[in-house]
Amino acid sequence: MIYMDHSATSPVDIEVLNAMEPYFVDSYGNASTLYSLGREARRAMESSREKVASIIGANTDEIIFTSGGTESDNIAIKGIVYRFRRRGNNIITSNIEHPAVDETCKYLEKNGFEVTYLPVGKDGIVNTSDLEDAISDKTILITIMHANNEIGTIQPIREIGEIARENKIYFHTDAVQSVGKIPVNVEELNVDMLSLSAHKLYGPKGIGALYIKKGVNVEPIIHGGGHEKGIRPGTENVAGIVGLGKACEIAENNLEEEAQYLTTMRDELIRRVLSEIDESYLNGHPTKRLPNNINFRFTGIEGESLVLHLDSKNIASSTGSACSSKKLEASHVLMALGLEEVQAHGSLRLTLGKENKVEDINYVVESIKDAVDTLRKMSPLWCQAEV
Amino acid sequence: MYSEKVMEHFSNPRNVGEIEDADGVGTVGNPVCGDLMTIYIKVKDNIIEDIKFKTFGCGAAIATSSMVTEMAMGKTIEEALKISRNDVANELEGLPPVKMHCSNLAADALKAAIDDYKKKLTAKE
Ligand SMILES: Cc1ncc(COP(=O)(O)O)c(C=O)c1O
Ligand code: FES
Repeated sequence: MIYMDHSATSPVDIEVLNAMEPYFVDSYGNASTLYSLGREARRAMESSREKVASIIGANTDEIIFTSGGTESDNIAIKGIVYRFRRRGNNIITSNIEHPAVDETCKYLEKNGFEVTYLPVGKDGIVNTSDLEDAISDKTILITIMHANNEIGTIQPIREIGEIARENKIYFHTDAVQSVGKIPVNVEELNVDMLSLSAHKLYGPKGIGALYIKKGVNVEPIIHGGGHEKGIRPGTENVAGIVGLGKACEIAENNLEEEAQYLTTMRDELIRRVLSEIDESYLNGHPTKRLPNNINFRFTGIEGESLVLHLDSKNIASSTGSACSSKKLEASHVLMALGLEEVQAHGSLRLTLGKENKVEDINYVVESIKDAVDTLRKMSPLWCQAEV
Repeated sequence: MYSEKVMEHFSNPRNVGEIEDADGVGTVGNPVCGDLMTIYIKVKDNIIEDIKFKTFGCGAAIATSSMVTEMAMGKTIEEALKISRNDVANELEGLPPVKMHCSNLAADALKAAIDDYKKKLTAKE
């Protein structure tokens, strides 16, 4: 199988798996205990914390382990707005966020908060002057993702962070898709909080981290035994944490080389598809996008049937985000780019990974051509497009 | 998430295409998912002697189009009109709950094609 859905999740790196293994059966101690077994677990956790801190340029005491990207987003957003609700009730976000942020904002709207959804341009990027216009004295939080999970576009986080600082507003970014793919440095990006998740960078599912800048205080949203400074209580997932740390370490060491490799494959695949298939388009910005993200649309065909066709050719791809395949509506991200609904339904996302091979590109391009051709032959819309 | 029968019809759809001198043509769309289906029928002595479809839609939409054309082929107009939305889904060994409307699309497109045929018939008379 050729797996090209790394933005949905990625395989666990064998080195990551090996690093985790001892923490299930041998070093199974509870990291809060005093005896050596517990201390071993604690040490492994703290060494992992250093690796996570390192990949984003943070201090170790600014990293909270969580159960993944979704939980990190929830803690950051709810944690700030619950704590500072007396200062104001406005939250500013974008209209292309992952559901982990989007649905959290929708929930808060039902509970007395007011949310401003900034639009994006046709290229999928937020305009910072829209942000400046949207800020009011009621704004307590800005949350805008670093790289989008569907179209891979990278937001001007550093500029947004500057604006947030000038206005003394807390700023959170969901960097689940960008960490390990492009350089991420919390100091340079001017962020107060940042979410990341292990399973997007060859680590295990169900583990992630939230960076919280020193001095920023969030209200806990779950309560319990005081682990992770009381911000994320619950007996730590030591093996998962070790896996996350190892995944970050490997990603940091290979970042530039891997980004280069993925960009080359990405651009070759894009070039060939756009030049060899009629009425094929790339969604999102051509260069301000993740090295591994490709998002096409093809006039006259629908994404799900394209994904199924590619599956029969042993290629794993997706229509948009993995979550949207359960819904019927066109992707909110593609709609935000100003596409018509029928255009947004015809999208195909390919997200590459380090185990993809340059030699596979030809097969993938030919398979897409074949599938598009077959589906267009049976499409009532393609005929109309021709006349 | 799809049954094998659905995948089989999706991978090898029957009766794809158009009928140029069709006796009836029906097009229906679903506003939520944006899918669109056209069915063409050729009728002789009250029997559907040829039927073809064109579909823009999900895997289930393509499979149900294929299935409904197979079910209607060779049937009398009255028999074909009895093919219900559920019949199509049942013949495909079920559809996921969110995909039930895809079979509605197929059954409705067949009805629309038959209605069109009947309208043309009365116009001729
Ligand atoms: C941008 C973004 N944020 C958040 C998440 C959720 O992360 P997790 O699956 O670890 O909860 C994902 C992935 O699903 C994502 O792509
Ligand atoms: S999702 Fe609408 S016809 Fe299948």
